[in-house]
Amino acid sequence: MIRVALRGLAGRKFRAALTAIAVVLGVAMVSGTFVLTDTIDKAFDAIFFESYANTDAAISGKAPDISFEGSTAEAPAVPASLLERVRQLDGVEAATGSVVDESATKILKADGKAINTQGAPSFGFGIDPEQSQFNPLKLVEGTWPASPDEVVIDAGTADKQGYAVGDSVRIGTLKPVQSFRVSGVAQYGSVSSLGTATFAVFTIPTAQTLLERKGKFDAISISAKEGVTPEQLVEQIKPVLPPTAQVRTGVEEANEASSEVSEFTSFIRYFLLAFGAVALFVGAFVIFNTMSITVAQRTRELATLRTIGASRKQIRRAVLLEAFLIGLVASIVGFLLGVGLAYGLNWLFKQLDLELPTTDMVIAPRTIVFAFVIGILVTVLAAFVPSLRATRVSPILAVREGAELPRGRFARYTPFVALAILALSLFLLGRAAFTDELATGQRFLFIGVGVLLLFVGVAMISSKLVRPLAALVGVPGEKLTGISGFLARRNTLRNPGRTAATAAALMIGLALVTFVAVLSNSMKASNRGAIEEQIAADFVVTSQDGFTPFVSGAGDAAESAQGIELATSVRSEVGKVANTDKYVTGIEPDRISSVYKFDWADGSDAALQDLGEFGAIVDKDFAEDRNLVIGDRFRFLSGSGRATTLEVKATYDPPPFYQLLGTVSISKATFDKLHDRPRNQFTFINVPGDPTEQAEKPLEAALATFPDAKVQTREAWITEQDEEFNQFLTMLYVLLALSVIISIFGMINTLALAVFERTRELGMLRAVGMTRWQARTMIGTESVITALIGAAIGLPLGIFLAALVIKALEQFDVRFSIPLQPLIAFAIVAVVVGVIAAILPARRAARLNVLQALQYE
Amino acid sequence: MEASQNGAGDGPVVIANDITRRYGEGDAAVDALRGVSLDVERGKLTAVMGPSGSGKSTLMHILAALDRPTSGFVTIAGTRLGQLSDKDVTKIRRQHIGFIFQFFNLLPMLTAEENITLPLALAGEKPDWAFLDDLIKRVGLGDRLKHRPSELSGGQQQRVAIARALASRPTVVFADEPTGNLDSKTGGEILALLHDSVEGYGQSMVMVTHEARAAASADRILFLADGSIVKDLGGAGEEEILDTIREVTLT
Repeated sequence: MIRVALRGLAGRKFRAALTAIAVVLGVAMVSGTFVLTDTIDKAFDAIFFESYANTDAAISGKAPDISFEGSTAEAPAVPASLLERVRQLDGVEAATGSVVDESATKILKADGKAINTQGAPSFGFGIDPEQSQFNPLKLVEGTWPASPDEVVIDAGTADKQGYAVGDSVRIGTLKPVQSFRVSGVAQYGSVSSLGTATFAVFTIPTAQTLLERKGKFDAISISAKEGVTPEQLVEQIKPVLPPTAQVRTGVEEANEASSEVSEFTSFIRYFLLAFGAVALFVGAFVIFNTMSITVAQRTRELATLRTIGASRKQIRRAVLLEAFLIGLVASIVGFLLGVGLAYGLNWLFKQLDLELPTTDMVIAPRTIVFAFVIGILVTVLAAFVPSLRATRVSPILAVREGAELPRGRFARYTPFVALAILALSLFLLGRAAFTDELATGQRFLFIGVGVLLLFVGVAMISSKLVRPLAALVGVPGEKLTGISGFLARRNTLRNPGRTAATAAALMIGLALVTFVAVLSNSMKASNRGAIEEQIAADFVVTSQDGFTPFVSGAGDAAESAQGIELATSVRSEVGKVANTDKYVTGIEPDRISSVYKFDWADGSDAALQDLGEFGAIVDKDFAEDRNLVIGDRFRFLSGSGRATTLEVKATYDPPPFYQLLGTVSISKATFDKLHDRPRNQFTFINVPGDPTEQAEKPLEAALATFPDAKVQTREAWITEQDEEFNQFLTMLYVLLALSVIISIFGMINTLALAVFERTRELGMLRAVGMTRWQARTMIGTESVITALIGAAIGLPLGIFLAALVIKALEQFDVRFSIPLQPLIAFAIVAVVVGVIAAILPARRAARLNVLQALQYE
Repeated sequence: MEASQNGAGDGPVVIANDITRRYGEGDAAVDALRGVSLDVERGKLTAVMGPSGSGKSTLMHILAALDRPTSGFVTIAGTRLGQLSDKDVTKIRRQHIGFIFQFFNLLPMLTAEENITLPLALAGEKPDWAFLDDLIKRVGLGDRLKHRPSELSGGQQQRVAIARALASRPTVVFADEPTGNLDSKTGGEILALLHDSVEGYGQSMVMVTHEARAAASADRILFLADGSIVKDLGGAGEEEILDTIREVTLT
């Protein structure tokens, strides 16, 4: 039987290859994801462990444990005098202090704008070049800075911006922009690329001035004398520490940093794997369909095997073995392609400014095993039902002409099973969407399984929809192409189950892109709505990337710009309010209502005048949650570690989708007192008259020395955010395009098999007067009808899923908004897919030798 | 009802001129037809008989423009087939040739009526319902028009095929073993129907068959053996045909 299976495959090499491609792409996506994320993990690990390689103990400021939505409070610096004290300890071999700032150092491009690190760190370092054992950075060219006007920049920036040793570069810090001479170029140990992150290294005194750490260090690194363990060293150091400092072993520091980052790469990994899973799912559909068709076509062959004594089990095994072999080949090719894809995904991220650090590609054994297991498993599982169908071929079919494969025992239960699956999927999706107390992991599991079942269920009942849908989309085809269109439509109705299964693969891809399009359009609409409801200002100053806070000096500069009516800055930082980590903002009570419209829940604009030193405007939902009403008091711990008590003066109800102010807003003066280095989230500006380009000029001039800050009209700001949504959307489209491509292969396969199956019929049609063009058009139209059926089911399904998710996100008040243009585009894509899939099979049909076709057995 | 036929008004409908058909090269070459010439008469039923390997099917394929001869040429309705493009050949098929196959070759997803009008639809022509109604009645399908082939018996399917072949009133109809897949009673009915069409419509027809009874209904019977015409009978009875077959095969 093994030989039968092998020979069978060999005889159908081309078709087997086409079937295998369905799984190859899915396996490639999965392998590529693992390779890419493993490589990124290793790069980050390298960064951290190299940083701490020679450090037995590290002293840093004790940051209050406050973190919210990815932002953590920055740790305070430690006094420089601590360094001397530590050096005098017994167990200390050597110690060095360094200045480390993560976000304030902005290197300017040649055009004067700051490099946009897209949220990645823009490091500013002050390092003692004499103590190089603690220095994780390695010079690639030049020397370490020796004077206040010298700087070493990272190799990536030097490369991309074209800065060489000896060039002058302008850098903004907490102080206004200055020019520096590039004394050298460095990289982080062995890591070749830091992604979008940048760094600039100054002498220690320079860094202390620029980054407002006079007389302080951010970290002190210590190595132990021989014979002293890191733990013993830590014990020695603890007593000499001031209360704002902490000490940990080098390894502990590295682990801490590493685990924070691996959460992030985990997220990317699951994100990409989801698309790989979609690709595999579509691939499974294609395999199921293709193998069902080949089994039906090999009826006589299978029947003959039965007549010579093959048992049902042997037949089933032969089919499964074929599937196994196809899966095996698919896994091998898929894995190799996946490694290539890892390079491709990295390139894609680079193009979208989402680059991450990389080193040499990591191909873990786990990746190889996964590739094979997944590829083979998906193929064999998909082939399971067809293999069962193959066993139903009875020996008599070897001699009888053209009999239909008998339906299985359970065939008539199919609609009920389909409805049951649909019910289950809706249940799971409903639970995932609407229950509150669900762990994130569980929620995603419910969603994943729910969506999977939804697609399977819809695919199962879609055969019932083929007739009406074929009529709907086929009639225009007939009008266009006459008899070819008529025959094409009838052909799709011959085997509604098969048509539905072919269309299903495309349906999945289209449903997902529709889902993504509707969801993102709704989010854009909500974003716009939220901003327009809250902001009345003409201009907005933000940082270059739009969400990290920027230097307060920029806000001050804007306030003193010419020709403006009013300017007010809004400070922002994470803090602990009533024991919960949230964003806290500092506002100017006498100016804020000119630019920000409070939707008061309890209180009014008068509350702003009443704010005083310890008054707070509180988000209504938070207040309800904490049982706070006007007059109540609660504790506030700032990100710099200072605590105070605040009193609720009013509550307001901002749009849940995008709250521009923090959960708690206090007066700017109080905010500044409670934070070391207060930064701005926004500066809002009103000008007399309209916000024109003319009016913008003085503002831009004022901000010239603050490269990280930028000013825009409110409308421009909203449009910029729309652009960011669009960028993300494009990336999702590209990732989902993979599934559409797989379904194209599925359609080519099915059509080719159909043409093969109808060889004699095609011969007859040609013999009674069908031209080659008519034959080609008939196949092409059939393909387009099938594709449009996929669209007709997929697009509404996608809209439904989006509506479901939006309902589930009710607390964020996402406004449902269906974008017409993308939907029309998707329908056109379906037509194009149909046309492309038909090219080869149609040519085959047209080129048939009429006589041979007529005599075909 | 007289049917006006496509093509020239008089003379043979199909002319074969010294047709040879060779398969393969050199030592392995097989000559299926060796220099066959014949004129197919208008308005008559010509039967072509012979043992397997005699070349009868090959001859019909070439006459019907399904295959090209290695040498020699075919003329249909006055047009020499020669080096015609596929498009022109297709035009000839639409206007001048009708087919009746052994395995009925109907499209399963079309009704009987749609199958019958299929060649006309392919040619983009409007059906002449006056003629078609008469044809359908003559063929005996009156109440079965809306049925799919799977709902028809073998005999009924062949009637549909016959109606389809005759619907466009072609110059000549080629029938390849039309009764080969039918039981003897149904086969007899079909043969009568074919004969009736030739008589009633003046339809020219060429029928390949190995059954003596089928050939007995023909106006002219050609016997092939080893790629050549060995006997050319006018109308003959079954007995005479069987004798001739024996005679031809034993040579």
